[in-house]
Amino acid sequence: MELKAVGTAGTLESSDVMITLEPTTSGGIVFDSFESSVINQYGRQIKAEVLASLERLGVKNAKVIVNDHGALDCTIKARVECAFYRGCQCDMDGKFDWGGVIR
Amino acid sequence: MSIPRPKPEKFRLRRTMMFMNAQKPGLIKDAYIYGADSIMLDLEDAVAENQKDSARFSLYHALKTIDYGDTEVIVRINGLDTPHWKEDIRVCVAGGCDGIRIAKTESAKDVQIVDEAVTEAEKEFGVEVGRTLLMAALESPKGVLNAYEICKASPRLFGVALSGGDYRKCMQVKVIPGGIEMLFARGLMLNAARAAGIQCFDTVFTNINDDEGFRAEVKQNVEMGFDGKSLVNPRQINIVHEMLAPTQKEIAEAEKIVRAYRENADKGVGVFTIEGGKMIDIAFVPGAERVIRLAKASGIYEGDL
Repeated sequence: MELKAVGTAGTLESSDVMITLEPTTSGGIVFDSFESSVINQYGRQIKAEVLASLERLGVKNAKVIVNDHGALDCTIKARVECAFYRGCQCDMDGKFDWGGVIR
Repeated sequence: MSIPRPKPEKFRLRRTMMFMNAQKPGLIKDAYIYGADSIMLDLEDAVAENQKDSARFSLYHALKTIDYGDTEVIVRINGLDTPHWKEDIRVCVAGGCDGIRIAKTESAKDVQIVDEAVTEAEKEFGVEVGRTLLMAALESPKGVLNAYEICKASPRLFGVALSGGDYRKCMQVKVIPGGIEMLFARGLMLNAARAAGIQCFDTVFTNINDDEGFRAEVKQNVEMGFDGKSLVNPRQINIVHEMLAPTQKEIAEAEKIVRAYRENADKGVGVFTIEGGKMIDIAFVPGAERVIRLAKASGIYEGDL
């Protein structure tokens, strides 16, 4: 499974985070923009959570945009995964790897 | 670090079942604090067609991460006439929810199709087969007419619920104070549920500013014999719990019946009278025990039964 197009998930509501992934061919994972209402308290932790999810999903290169409004870790994971599969243009009702790369 | 949930109990107390949009992190993260007996995380009508995927990811991680404590966690899946329900079932089982609410149930076959898909998912994800409970929502005249066969369709099925919005639309009626437009559906469904030995839940009351109307409907629900009600707003929870709570007089009488029954049963006596001259036999006992259970759940029982 590979990013083919820009994938976005999440909203700008409180407790949510909007994640955008854009495919690139080299340069690793680059945070193009990183905004958070709790950046001073949790900025590093949010970044680490995003990177860990991307690693599980096997994403080596991508431009990442994060716009956070105080999302919990479980929401960050959910939005990164959803953005990734949308960017892969896979069937939204296909069989997903629950408990495998999605965990 | 996932939260292990105990095996769901088929016939637990379900006075209040509150709907929550599974797609909204702000809602599901502290859904348990409101004190509903069950929450119903919704993948169906509350989630827009182009967010069905997103809601599943959000649901999966919520189920795995958030400690819902004693609150039962049910998920409402999309209807069998959509392309979404199969994957909905996989994520529900993989995430370990307590039960699945089947939308738009019209026949026993619908329940059996879901039952089979759940069994398949339980095997796939290493979940004990039979762990995941089911409930069926009746939303059409056909579903209501087939209530009895639906109620008997699966050993996983703990109850049926009426979904008033769609049912009223099909019947070409609007919400009438007093509920005459729903009388047949409520009555038939209750009768079918009791005949099959499962629980029965009334539909939502959507005008959240009409407290008086809500209380009147809950009162009628209690009088008709419903086990509980689906809710759309946390404000409604305490009203239902309060109205379902037995009175001190009812509790006292239930205690007398249970105690007297136990004493007399030991002596081999089946029919007896309690203080005040009321004649009691075994038929009164389950009702009395139910009153004690409700009193305990309502936090107003101080006895030792």
